[in-house]
Amino acid sequence: MSQLRPDLALIAAHVAPGARVLDVGCGDGSLLEALRGKGCDARGMEIDPGDVEACVAKGLSVIQGDADADLEFYPDQSFDYAILSETLQTMMRPAQVLDELLRISRHAVVSFPNFAHWRVRLSLLTGGRMPVTRLLPVAWYETPNIHHVTIADFLALLAERGITMEQAWYLSGDKQIGAGLANLRAEHAIYLLAR
Amino acid sequence: MDAVPPIQSEVLALEEPLPLDSGQSIAGVRIAYESYGKLSPARDNVVLVCHATTGDQHLASTHPITGKPGWWNRMVGPGRPIDTSRFFVICANVLGGCMGSSGPGSLAPDGKPWAMRFPVITIRDMVRAQVALLDTLGIERVYAVVGGSMGGMQALSLAANWPELAERVLCIAGTATMPAQNIAFQEVGRQAVMADPGWQEGNYYGTGKAPDAGLSVARMAAHITYLSEASLTEKFGRRLQNRDEKTFGFDADFQVESYLRHQGATFKDRFDANSYLYLTRAMSYFDLAEEQSGRLADAFTRTKARFCVVSFDSDWLYPTELSRTLAHALNAAGAPVSFVELSAPFGHDSFLLDVPALDRVVTGFLSQ
Repeated sequence: MSQLRPDLALIAAHVAPGARVLDVGCGDGSLLEALRGKGCDARGMEIDPGDVEACVAKGLSVIQGDADADLEFYPDQSFDYAILSETLQTMMRPAQVLDELLRISRHAVVSFPNFAHWRVRLSLLTGGRMPVTRLLPVAWYETPNIHHVTIADFLALLAERGITMEQAWYLSGDKQIGAGLANLRAEHAIYLLAR
Repeated sequence: MDAVPPIQSEVLALEEPLPLDSGQSIAGVRIAYESYGKLSPARDNVVLVCHATTGDQHLASTHPITGKPGWWNRMVGPGRPIDTSRFFVICANVLGGCMGSSGPGSLAPDGKPWAMRFPVITIRDMVRAQVALLDTLGIERVYAVVGGSMGGMQALSLAANWPELAERVLCIAGTATMPAQNIAFQEVGRQAVMADPGWQEGNYYGTGKAPDAGLSVARMAAHITYLSEASLTEKFGRRLQNRDEKTFGFDADFQVESYLRHQGATFKDRFDANSYLYLTRAMSYFDLAEEQSGRLADAFTRTKARFCVVSFDSDWLYPTELSRTLAHALNAAGAPVSFVELSAPFGHDSFLLDVPALDRVVTGFLSQ
């Protein structure tokens, strides 16, 4: 799993072997492959047809679909973990998607780039323009990230929706860091959630 | 691409009468089939391929009438996505067909052609015949059942009604429920056949007169539905056929007209008009949800098979929405399912043509 993106490696490490997992926005399926290696019943949903084709060609169970619309077709509590990595900020209705994840699954794992990271803040403060950073590499008019979110925003949403945060991990420069001043220091946040 | 020589091309007679959805049964059913590759000692490498409406068992061997390569030659063979050096591939002419399996053109127990006395059959009846064939061959489980279009419907019906039989189910450009538009086109085809005086209420066998014109028209209309507007434009545009000017007559002035006439004319040489009626009827009746008291997901709650559902973006006859509905039902049933809409320009026929992405998907799905 060394080739996995650091946030995905962290997620893979925390999913129990043999668990039923849905990876929403699974991309080319690298997390699914890692989970399959752990004996998980790992399935994916992906909107990009090229990525879906790549997943199916690897023998993964992935359906072409849109999390904003297609999660409703899964029965209640049909998974142990529903994973939404680097995808929340691209959703049309992120709050509803969170609700759906916790309807179809006992736990949700959600990761996103933190828009309040000091580098983003600095870029906005000094340049006065929408930041283009390592984790947010695309200009505002082309980015798929239509709902930029900060760690503080996300925690507020959890409180508002009555969602329990079971565990949190923060990454900076691909390395895990402590929770202190995470909203300033973390480039990336990963949460294990339940309801 | 060279045709793979078949190692067998056989006709098997069922000992027991075959019960049908209509409540009737057919005695003395014969099933013509071909097989490719070697059955493993553990009998665990069988891939059952189900053909589409006007397909047949000549999956990857030269067609005896047209002399053309098998209809899925590009998909089936050594080193190809359905790899005959690994799998034992079986393809049978469907019940109701006209290439050696029992159908309206074959002889009833009274020694005369069945014609319209042949019972109306369903997709599930076709699958009953496939399962009876497997039983007779001593095959209790199949590694995969694979089909496009009507073949995909058979694959789904097999998974729903014989939930233990298949480990993998691959449905390409298919549907779990036949929509109204398709029923409509199927009815046009049947009416074209039945309006031909040569049809003679189906009793044209041996009369020297068959509903060739009607069957040709049916084929021409159906053929249009298998293509896409873009592929017709690209292939023919408004180009004229071997002439510089329009004739101001009703000759095939346009290339597309000439092409369709050719498709119609050659079809009658290899296909029985009554078979066309029965097979399209079976498709019109197909509704897996209805079989399961209305909820499609219930059709798949008993099977442990893995599913792969593939559609094509240019297929307007079996549009992606049908496959998406199927994928959602499979999800709701908790079945492991992959679903992908591939981009290909050839319309419904894409599943038969050069679509490398389909090769990759089939290879990947069968590899795990």
